[in-house]
Amino acid sequence: MHSGGADKHSWRKAKNALVSAATFLSAIVVITPLGLVFFHLLVNGASSVNWAFFTQLPKPVGVIGGGMVNAIVGSLELLGLASLIGIPIGVLGGVYLAEYGSVRANSMVRFIADVLNGVPSITWGVVVYGLVVLRFKSFSGYAGGLALGLIMVPLILRTTEEVILLVPNGYREAALALGISRWKTIVHVVMKTASKGIITGILLALARISGETAPLLFTAFGNRFWNHNLAEPIAALPLQIFSYAISPYDDWHRQAWAGALVLVVGIFCVNVLVRILTRERKPSIV
Amino acid sequence: MINLVMPSPDPVVLERREDTIEPTPETEVLPLTFQIRKLSVWYGEKRAIDSVTMDIPSNAVTSIIGPSGCGKSTFLRCLNRMHELVPRTRMDGTVLLLGQDLYSPDVDPAIVRRRIGMVFQKSNPFPTMSIGENVIIGLRLNGVRDHKFLNERLEKSLRMAALWDEVKDDLHKPGTSLSGGQQQRLCIARALAVEPEVILMDEPCSALDPIATAKIEELIHELKTQYTIVIVTHNMQQAGRVSDHTAFFYLGKLIEFGPTTKIFTNPSERQTEDYITGRFG
Repeated sequence: MHSGGADKHSWRKAKNALVSAATFLSAIVVITPLGLVFFHLLVNGASSVNWAFFTQLPKPVGVIGGGMVNAIVGSLELLGLASLIGIPIGVLGGVYLAEYGSVRANSMVRFIADVLNGVPSITWGVVVYGLVVLRFKSFSGYAGGLALGLIMVPLILRTTEEVILLVPNGYREAALALGISRWKTIVHVVMKTASKGIITGILLALARISGETAPLLFTAFGNRFWNHNLAEPIAALPLQIFSYAISPYDDWHRQAWAGALVLVVGIFCVNVLVRILTRERKPSIV
Repeated sequence: MINLVMPSPDPVVLERREDTIEPTPETEVLPLTFQIRKLSVWYGEKRAIDSVTMDIPSNAVTSIIGPSGCGKSTFLRCLNRMHELVPRTRMDGTVLLLGQDLYSPDVDPAIVRRRIGMVFQKSNPFPTMSIGENVIIGLRLNGVRDHKFLNERLEKSLRMAALWDEVKDDLHKPGTSLSGGQQQRLCIARALAVEPEVILMDEPCSALDPIATAKIEELIHELKTQYTIVIVTHNMQQAGRVSDHTAFFYLGKLIEFGPTTKIFTNPSERQTEDYITGRFG
């Protein structure tokens, strides 16, 4: 029991210090792995990130040097294709869930999207393998892009829905009360107000899929040669890192580190971009 | 506060029908903007408005008073079909705007709302838009492209909302950078820009300080020369100051409707008198 006022006061201070320390420690625990990963990548990979890495094709086994330009271009192509599939479906689906639809159907779609978000990504690879690869009897960039796009859909759908639901109803009412039609209200007022959140969701989904390896194993397959034709097996950075990392060659290991570093820096840049885009912007002049 | 109410010495002021309230002698000869007949509204099972019949005269301010939950906001929203945005709403009855049925199946609610502007309790300029964009957004999204016209209408609307002098050099700044009272006048300018015939105000001053409130009230006074204004207010002094006619709602029913001076000095109904003198509500 605490009797005196001063005693209570100091107990309160002690509690405050305790909780502060606990939150500080938690923050450290969260940040440390990120720092370690970055440090490790820099130490092992930085020396192999050079001009050749971004401009040259992989060299044959035993030949030192070469780069991953095919994998970088392939990854960008796959991300582009995935975006074409994932962004429109995800954003429109999220808008539909937030603005239209019946309560029961929506909660079902929401539940399914949450389940899909939890599905291991290799499952997507297997699904697309069955749907596309087997049918066309070929691994292809299209299959890889589709698998990544399908992973994006539920991610973007849920974030879009959430940020659209955050838009205060007063803005919808204000727009509708001006005689603006429902869809124009949604596009020009609601989505515009939520645009930062929607873009953030899209970029985070992109960041997430750009590191995905498993769904590409059964679909894009990887390619050691120069290919930017999506109808054929195509290289991707995570795939290349994977195959180099499990190889027995030291030079390939170094290249794998370099690839991982490039990938992480790329994802880091996307996150920085999110920060910049979501900074307060002045609205444009009339 | 001075008690404006005196006991009614004269019982012959109004004759009443069983389910409707006769227009007062004054409103009978006035041009009418709205004619509302037996309007009822339900939210799910709950009846929010119970068979309201009333006329709203043109180029005048009609205030709607009553305790919280009496249906006054719902009633206001029935006048521009905004209540339809609430799921599971059902309405019955007739609302005529200048003789035209607002609820006839071939009427587009968007057109209704273009003709009947609305100002809300909480000022809500669009946060992604500048002051100027906020004013002309209604026109722009309704397809007006002509820049000269838009700029003219921008200035005209802001002048009418008594905001032009304060913001004319800051039209590119965000609408949300203004003070609360300015934001509310911006919302009035935004409503005026689409040139409605009627302006509905849902407790437009309840979040404002007395000075900002006075400015809005002054504005209402000026606007009524050109517009029919219906204002819902919690503030009875405000109703007394700004309105020509007052309707008192209680539990979804229209208890009494008449000239503001009469409602406040000589109400016919006991409930009106009790509410106005502060005995309940």
